[in-house]
Amino acid sequence: MDSNYIENQEVENRPDNTAFTQQRLPAWQPILSAGIVIPLFVLVGLAFIGIGVALFVTSRNLHVLEMDYTGVEKTSPCFSCSDPIKQKNCKCSLSFELDKLFEGPVFFYYGLTNYFQNQRAYGVSKDYNQLSGDLDYFTFFFSIVPDSTCKPYRYDVNNKPIVPCGSLANSMFNDTFNLYQMKNGVKEEVPLDGKGISWWTDYNIKYRNPSVNPLRNAFNGTVKPLYWSKPAYELDPTDTANNGFINQDFLVWMRRSALPNFRKLYRRITDGLPAGNYSLEISYNYPVIAFDGKKKVAFSNVSWMGGKNEFLGIAYLVIGSLCLVMSVVMLIIYHWRNSSPDAN
Amino acid sequence: MPWMSPLARIRDALAGQRARDKDLRNLVSNLPYEGLDKWKQPNRHFRNNGIKTTKYSVLFFIPMNLFEQFHRLANLYFVGLAILNFVPVVQAFEPEVALIPICVILALTAIKDAWEDFRRYKSDKKLNRLPCFVYSSKEKCFVEKRWKDVRVGDFVKVESNDIVPADLLLLYTSDPNGVCHIETANLDGETNLKQRRAVPGVCITVSNTDILLIIHAVIRTGCLGFSHPDLVLKQHLVYLKGGCTVRNTGYAVGFVVYAGHETKAMLNNNGPRYKRSRLERRLNIDVIFCILLLFTMCIIGSLGHYLWLESMPSVPLYLVPQTDGHLDTPSLSSFYKFFSMIILLQVLIPISLYVSIELVKIGQIYFITNDLDLYDEETDATIQCKALNITEDLGQIQYIFSDKTGTLTENKMVFRRCSIMGREYPHKENECVRRALKMYIYKIKILMFTKSLPPNQQETEVILDQKLLRQIRGTEKIDAYQDFFLALAICNTVVVSMATAKRLRSNPLDTLSSLVRRAGSWTRLRAPITSETSANDLTTQGQSVNQTGGQTCSLHVPPQGTAPAVPAGKLCYEAESPDEAALVHTAKAYGFVLMSRTPDSVTVQLPSGAQLRFEVLDTLSFDSNRKRMSVLVRHPISKQCILYTKGADYAIMELLETPYGEKQQKAIASDTQQHLDCYAKEGLRTLCIAKKVLCDGEYESWAVQRQHALAAMDNREQLIMDSAVQIETNLCLLGATGVEDRLQDSVPDTVMTLREAGIQVWVLTGDKPETAVNIGYACRLLEQDDLVINMSCKSKVRSLISNSQRKFPLYPEVRRYSEDPRNVDTTPDISLVIDGRTLTMLMSPDLRDRFVDLARHCRSVLCCRVTPLQKSEVVKLIREKLKVMTLAVGDGANDVNMIQAADIGVGISGQEGMQAVMASDFAISRFKHLKKLLLVHGHWCYSRLANMIIYFFYKNAANVNLLFWYQFFCGFTANAMIDHWLMIFFNLLFTSVPPIMFGIMDKDVSAEMLLGLPELYRTGQGKGEYSFFTFWISMLDAFYQSLVAFFIPYFTYRGSDIDIYAFGTPLNTISLFTILLHLSIEIKAWTIVHVFIILGSVTLYFIVTLAYGVRYLNYSGYWTLQAQMVDPMFYLVCLISTVIALLPRYLFHVLKNSITCSPIVEARHLDTLEPSTRDQWIKEWRSFRGRVQDKTSDVSASPPSELKPTQSSSELNIRLGLVLFCHI
Repeated sequence: MDSNYIENQEVENRPDNTAFTQQRLPAWQPILSAGIVIPLFVLVGLAFIGIGVALFVTSRNLHVLEMDYTGVEKTSPCFSCSDPIKQKNCKCSLSFELDKLFEGPVFFYYGLTNYFQNQRAYGVSKDYNQLSGDLDYFTFFFSIVPDSTCKPYRYDVNNKPIVPCGSLANSMFNDTFNLYQMKNGVKEEVPLDGKGISWWTDYNIKYRNPSVNPLRNAFNGTVKPLYWSKPAYELDPTDTANNGFINQDFLVWMRRSALPNFRKLYRRITDGLPAGNYSLEISYNYPVIAFDGKKKVAFSNVSWMGGKNEFLGIAYLVIGSLCLVMSVVMLIIYHWRNSSPDAN
Repeated sequence: MPWMSPLARIRDALAGQRARDKDLRNLVSNLPYEGLDKWKQPNRHFRNNGIKTTKYSVLFFIPMNLFEQFHRLANLYFVGLAILNFVPVVQAFEPEVALIPICVILALTAIKDAWEDFRRYKSDKKLNRLPCFVYSSKEKCFVEKRWKDVRVGDFVKVESNDIVPADLLLLYTSDPNGVCHIETANLDGETNLKQRRAVPGVCITVSNTDILLIIHAVIRTGCLGFSHPDLVLKQHLVYLKGGCTVRNTGYAVGFVVYAGHETKAMLNNNGPRYKRSRLERRLNIDVIFCILLLFTMCIIGSLGHYLWLESMPSVPLYLVPQTDGHLDTPSLSSFYKFFSMIILLQVLIPISLYVSIELVKIGQIYFITNDLDLYDEETDATIQCKALNITEDLGQIQYIFSDKTGTLTENKMVFRRCSIMGREYPHKENECVRRALKMYIYKIKILMFTKSLPPNQQETEVILDQKLLRQIRGTEKIDAYQDFFLALAICNTVVVSMATAKRLRSNPLDTLSSLVRRAGSWTRLRAPITSETSANDLTTQGQSVNQTGGQTCSLHVPPQGTAPAVPAGKLCYEAESPDEAALVHTAKAYGFVLMSRTPDSVTVQLPSGAQLRFEVLDTLSFDSNRKRMSVLVRHPISKQCILYTKGADYAIMELLETPYGEKQQKAIASDTQQHLDCYAKEGLRTLCIAKKVLCDGEYESWAVQRQHALAAMDNREQLIMDSAVQIETNLCLLGATGVEDRLQDSVPDTVMTLREAGIQVWVLTGDKPETAVNIGYACRLLEQDDLVINMSCKSKVRSLISNSQRKFPLYPEVRRYSEDPRNVDTTPDISLVIDGRTLTMLMSPDLRDRFVDLARHCRSVLCCRVTPLQKSEVVKLIREKLKVMTLAVGDGANDVNMIQAADIGVGISGQEGMQAVMASDFAISRFKHLKKLLLVHGHWCYSRLANMIIYFFYKNAANVNLLFWYQFFCGFTANAMIDHWLMIFFNLLFTSVPPIMFGIMDKDVSAEMLLGLPELYRTGQGKGEYSFFTFWISMLDAFYQSLVAFFIPYFTYRGSDIDIYAFGTPLNTISLFTILLHLSIEIKAWTIVHVFIILGSVTLYFIVTLAYGVRYLNYSGYWTLQAQMVDPMFYLVCLISTVIALLPRYLFHVLKNSITCSPIVEARHLDTLEPSTRDQWIKEWRSFRGRVQDKTSDVSASPPSELKPTQSSSELNIRLGLVLFCHI
């Protein structure tokens, strides 16, 4: 018993002899020295050059036609409309010519510059519950609904709630475009496809209209946003299903752009634009002079890499070549170090 | 409770306060007041014995804990930010979101605190509920009460093996002599028994037998006070400190003087000390830099916002006005934005860094305590880390201050030689037998697979010197020899105890003694007479001596019949110092057996078997000023008053009688001095034994003085010492002893290694210079080729040295020598030996600078005969003057000052109690453990933590800067392009674990390499890896990486229809990959844990982000990552951004590893080799370096160019050469 006791006592405090506690776990100790790194750099360089070429070529094959219609210059067809004092519903038209077929599908964007959709106060100025179709948030209720973030676009002067409330909705882009092809002096309207231009999740899940039929009844006792000419349930007179909060243009606008110079998708032209003369009729409503902004329209093809952008392809090519150059430098260093250690 | 006016209550409370504050306590027995209500109790002002060490109560835990936590400035800062976020105009997040990180951190800390407090509560409760016996006047007997019910003024009975509940005035014990033995292991860890004696006044005035009478006697006197005239309490009052254990005594009765929190044990219990490591101090500076950086960024943001607003011709649609339709003026708005920016960019100041550092240190300590190499099998002790927050300081030590005895040496004393009346008895056999015995035991160990033998056995046996034995037996000068051994037996404070069953440790004494016997016969030498602690053993020993030698039998009368005081129980000597134990054992071996000791008497058994009971008149205990102790006894036969004195040789030699003309005495003294010098050269610890016979009159007059000194109220210590000095004069030298204190295992190797690691080792010892120098050579602190400067001065010279003459003649030479560039490698190493007196002079303000300057040029410094205070002064001086990291290591109470003065205190749990260990930050059991602790763990902890902290700063900066760059594109409106929840998660979940793991587990160089090449330690010394430079490099890197991570996606998506969160998702992903891959570049050794955690973090990011994107409808980034992940551009952008971001750092590492010759890099190269080849390299390198060192130590004849390695040009030697040249 005695000896047993001693033995127990002896091992009582003895630490466990495991690889973990003794910090002897098998370890891989990579040393980043020239010898190991050269093949890696060659591989990375080659791969990047490959990707770069693919991106560059793809980007080169895409076409973009971008036109400014702000009308700041006097020569601009929209110059007369750009004056904010001018009455509403000013129309102007841009004409352009295509030498060759603009392959479909062509994406038709409108663009704004110097427009800061990405401010915080602007971004939070909306009521999610309202936009998800919750009728409780349509009516005035003891200063709780609509959400106070909508201030100051929450109630009108008569204390009637604004639906959709908030700055974001209030400032919705309201220029409209019609594209005509001039065929032998006759204007032929080019069909524009406005379906499915917003995010699928926005259209199907996130934004909902209240389930009231007809939709107009849901908006009883509310007023339209200050800057809107039409109430939300009448945004698209041509398609009753494209109204309210799931109106495609509304959804596109509500998805805030990341940067102050941006495009937003307006329509798609599925079949592309054949060569010829075109006229774009613009109903010019949206004021941009106040912040030195520009308004643009753009026609563009897209590919797997999105719109035309040569930056990424060039970046890949540069970095790929840099890697190759560095691998050569490494090789020289490695060689020098191996052959003349005495230099130290 | 009777009514009492509030005024009276206040007056009473004030009176109580006064009573508590007074140094002098007037206490009254509680007995007459028993049963009265509380307001009439005389001792009501004093605290009762209940103990409460908890910080919080259940009800107030949350407010109190929060209050406590808000003492941390960092916490306050972050709470302030969170509150700021509730102000609508400056809001940057949803207010709730901003609260989460601070809440998580506060909650984690609160849980930790609550758990600790609960444990304290439980232990308090256990302690408070312990039973004890308190006298009750109603019951007329002792009744059982709980500890917490004991009050000041109670009479408490403590039985054997019970713990004393409070500080008691010892009144009575069941021992006839009024003695009580106590063990203070609970207080200071010392396991030897100490004697305490009941208050003599009480014992004398009343009958000793009836305990009730005693108590009533005390009650009659009414008041028990320090200065009460009725009681003879002017003697030194004897306390039983609360917390110690009563042993070997039937029971003891005491009067409670201090209770509960007022007990000495509680007052001394200060809790853990908080030390701040150098790295943390440095870190705080960098945090301030971060704050400055943050403010700069916020001011830029604020200015930018102002300019942005100013540049607008009129109010655009997208600016959101206030409720009243007006916009704030640009200046006011930009003022608000300044605070919004602080909230947005707050992560730049790493809130989780402090928590992470604590976690990392816990992990590091886990690994240190679990290291098998730091485990001592003999004592079954692992290293204890008492300070939890200075692990990384272990990697930066530049100076080590070491005690000698017990630290470098075993502190297990072996009696080696003695000199009596000028004749030397070398005890030559001693060594051979021990050697043989050791070998034998070693063989048995192997045979029996026993782990170790109990530590006490080898030093208690003494091999007798035959010549000396004959001397004692013979008639010639018997008195002197007898006196010598009697002095050995009497002049000490060794307590003789019969080991009670409880105190018996599991020492297999029986097997041991038989082993020793077998060893004796095996070696065919004269049988060793082991002074084993059993009387029975002694008989068997005697018999075995009879059989083998037969010469000593006459000296050893079997003690059965003649030892009534010593029953069959074991006789244990409990000594406060191992020297005393060794001497008592020696006396015992020569037949002078110390049988028992009480405060009044000492019983010694003579070789003839007769027992002499000496009356002890006084004991002049040891102090470090006198360096000696004396015992004043009355001889039972001659009734002479004899003073036996034992002490350091110089302390005794000065006091010897100087008889005119008596040549014999002089000769003895000079012979003894010669022998002493010889002992010291051998490295033995020397003690001189002297005696003095006093005539009665002399004693009487002295005794009166002594009484006055003892009773003095102020300046008592000094008076007692003076009285001791007064009687210790005109001594008659009996002899001297030499006790060996062996070096611990691998001390020389450790000292060498530490020095190679660039650490200066100083030894501060109380021993005499010769001994110290000898040990210095033995442990290779000094080398034969060293230039040893010996500085010492006699006390008489001291006054002669005027200020102008206080110069070191050597100093300019030393400086010239070492500053001459040609001599850098060739200077012989200089070592300094200083004695205590010289040191006192050197520490004077006008000399200390020069002393430090000189000491800096010395390779090693040896200070002898220093006092504990001097030790700490030296440490402080070096630490403050040279601004270096210091470590002090020691084992005894005399090292406590030094241990506390140093940056790191290391205690060695050895023979001299636990006081050093209690005061230390790290407690080890062997000096050699210091090697691995510093070289391996210190290096690792430092490099891990330094890299982790740098990485942490980098990580937060890299992440937050993305937000900053985005401000340039959103009008500086403090908006984020990443969802706030994901931003919070990014720091709390996705990137928190990898750096912690990195800080705990990374290994830049393997332990074998660190031990094999101690030079690697130097990388941590001085500034080390964590410096101004590395911090800013990594901050610049963070800026660069964030620029890349922001602008590559920016140029890619510029002008497109991408929305905010779709733009933020690749940014966040790039940031994650960059941060994790950056860490992957930094990780030096990948284990499965690393792989798991890094991959786990990436997986967690995707899972959480995807799940979050599906789950929350009103989350702005709804379904965003999903949408991005089907877009090939997302991957292409992430890939190239990550590569570009990491390319510079990667290249930097590659180039560093390929071109530079940093020793760490070289070591890592070596590390990748096969273990056997690697060991071969280390060996060759060491021998090669050894040669170089030999060369350098030759006086400057050889030019430095010859130092170049001239070996064959294999890669091995080139590499080794590189390593060497990096150091030279």
